[in-house]
Amino acid sequence: MATTYRRKPTKAELRRQKMEELVVYPIDWLEERSGLIGGIKYFLFRNVPSDINWMQTLGSAALTAFLVQAITGVILAMYYVPSAATDPHTGQPVAWESVVNITDHLYMGWLVRGMHRWGASVFIILMFLHMGRVFLFGAYKYPRELNWIVGVLILVSGMMEGFTGYLLPWDQTAYWATVVGINLNGTAPFLGPWLAQFLRGGQEISGETLTRFYSLHMLLIPGAIIALITLHLYLVIRLGVTSPPWSKDAAGGEPEVEEEPRLRPGLTRPVPHGASAMQAEPGGSE
Amino acid sequence: MEPEQPSPHTEQESLHEETHLPSPTLYPIGFAIGIVVVLVGLIINPLLISSIGAAIAIVFAILWAREATAELRGEQVAVEPERRATTEADQQGVAPVPLTETPVSRSVFLEGATLGLGAAIGGLITLPVAGFALLPPFLGQLQHKIDLGPISNFPLNVWYIATFIVDPAEGEVSRRTAFVRNNGNVPNPDNPSEQVPSFTIISNHCVHLGCPVQANGPSGPKFTGHPKIREHTASGQLVFDPVLPAGYGCPCHGGQYDPEGNRIAGPPVRALDRYGFEIDHGRLILLSLYSVSHVVGTGGQAKIYKYGEAGPGEHLDGPEQFFYPIQPPHH
Repeated sequence: MATTYRRKPTKAELRRQKMEELVVYPIDWLEERSGLIGGIKYFLFRNVPSDINWMQTLGSAALTAFLVQAITGVILAMYYVPSAATDPHTGQPVAWESVVNITDHLYMGWLVRGMHRWGASVFIILMFLHMGRVFLFGAYKYPRELNWIVGVLILVSGMMEGFTGYLLPWDQTAYWATVVGINLNGTAPFLGPWLAQFLRGGQEISGETLTRFYSLHMLLIPGAIIALITLHLYLVIRLGVTSPPWSKDAAGGEPEVEEEPRLRPGLTRPVPHGASAMQAEPGGSE
Repeated sequence: MEPEQPSPHTEQESLHEETHLPSPTLYPIGFAIGIVVVLVGLIINPLLISSIGAAIAIVFAILWAREATAELRGEQVAVEPERRATTEADQQGVAPVPLTETPVSRSVFLEGATLGLGAAIGGLITLPVAGFALLPPFLGQLQHKIDLGPISNFPLNVWYIATFIVDPAEGEVSRRTAFVRNNGNVPNPDNPSEQVPSFTIISNHCVHLGCPVQANGPSGPKFTGHPKIREHTASGQLVFDPVLPAGYGCPCHGGQYDPEGNRIAGPPVRALDRYGFEIDHGRLILLSLYSVSHVVGTGGQAKIYKYGEAGPGEHLDGPEQFFYPIQPPHH
């Protein structure tokens, strides 16, 4: 009777095993204490309809554009000075000079400012394209109406970023565009004049307008956008991705195979008879 | 005997019978008192009182450390066993004492206290911050008086473009432009026998959306036949450029006005704003802006329909004025 011996692992195999342990150990450590790895895996490997296409990447493209804005903005804030005071040596406003400094003198400053300057338009354009996709695919319908509303709030916040950021170079274009923009707000009925005076920080545009626009542009509105994007993504994960309108899996179509439903019932496929759209919690029946 | 459902009362008690932790120690408090005495002593008498405080702190620190490490060092931790008296009813498995009915249960009270305290703390923090964020633009708006120099500088019925800095602390960003014309003397409306100087001072801020209007017509000494006026006043070095306006036009959206500032074409909703003025020791002093719906007539005889200062694009008369009932405080 032959005895089977397990072959003794070679040195290379042992080293490889050790390396794997080294990599896995911190991941396991984190997962055991936070469940974060499982969460990320759930997010990345969750089921989506099989017939989605490139149109459905516009949302993550817009998210990427926002991240570019956030990162370049943080770096620009290291060099930008939001002061309307006049530099006594050159007679130019300090804010404008700091923008010139970023663009013309600091290493790669022209590139990072350019990314922020043009990336702003890219962000808005991608949001509109994403919005168009959602509209044309009917992806705003039940139960995703709330996510449409959140998306609109992100779009409005993005435009507020555009408005407040436009003043910061503190040149003639920036100044007069802001004069017109604030006065447009001022013509809104009833509270318009109050809103305009709040935005100006007083009766006239001054250095206070610049500092408050800077604060709104880099702290308040980005914070709101980050919170709204988090909510937006949570709802995308919770409700799932919509099938395209031509999909066989789309609501109203007959599912081809019954084994292993790819999607939770009620979201993109008909609700089985007798089941509620929102799956009841186990033990919820009394 | 039928098994009965345990009453909530007995179930609550069973939760307490799993572990018996040592009673909370008082040593940290003694340690903290020692530290307080040290700090107070540093102010009053560092040598005496601080040493006493240090001694207290050290003694309690040792006691605290000993107690905290008792289990590690293998000492028996003395914990009194919990005892409960049993009644006859207990042995029969029946809930003996009905829980006393209180108007507010413990959990409801704690929920209310958490929400109430949270709201109070949140309000204490939020209200001043919100006030600081929202109110300064509306409070303490300063009135600036601009000295444009002696009125004798201005020839009769000649328009000048005046630029001046409203607030020297703000610098160039507060530079404003006005069109100034000396209308000569007119009878004082309050006392018709007296003659008072009259000036027309029109702001160049378009009342559509605030862009700077330009004079439609030639400017400068060559075309107008009048020299520039240079004057150094308390408001800085001023230059008045003579101009022959056939009206004013806005570069942004094409609003057009006549020389008195009445709207004649384009999107503006009223006449151009004007500066109030006073004559102080023969000098022309600019005061706050006021808004004008329209002007009838010209120069010193013009009838000006005056309103409080309103932002560009806001109607002063007609049905649309209903949309702007309360203006924010101006200087």
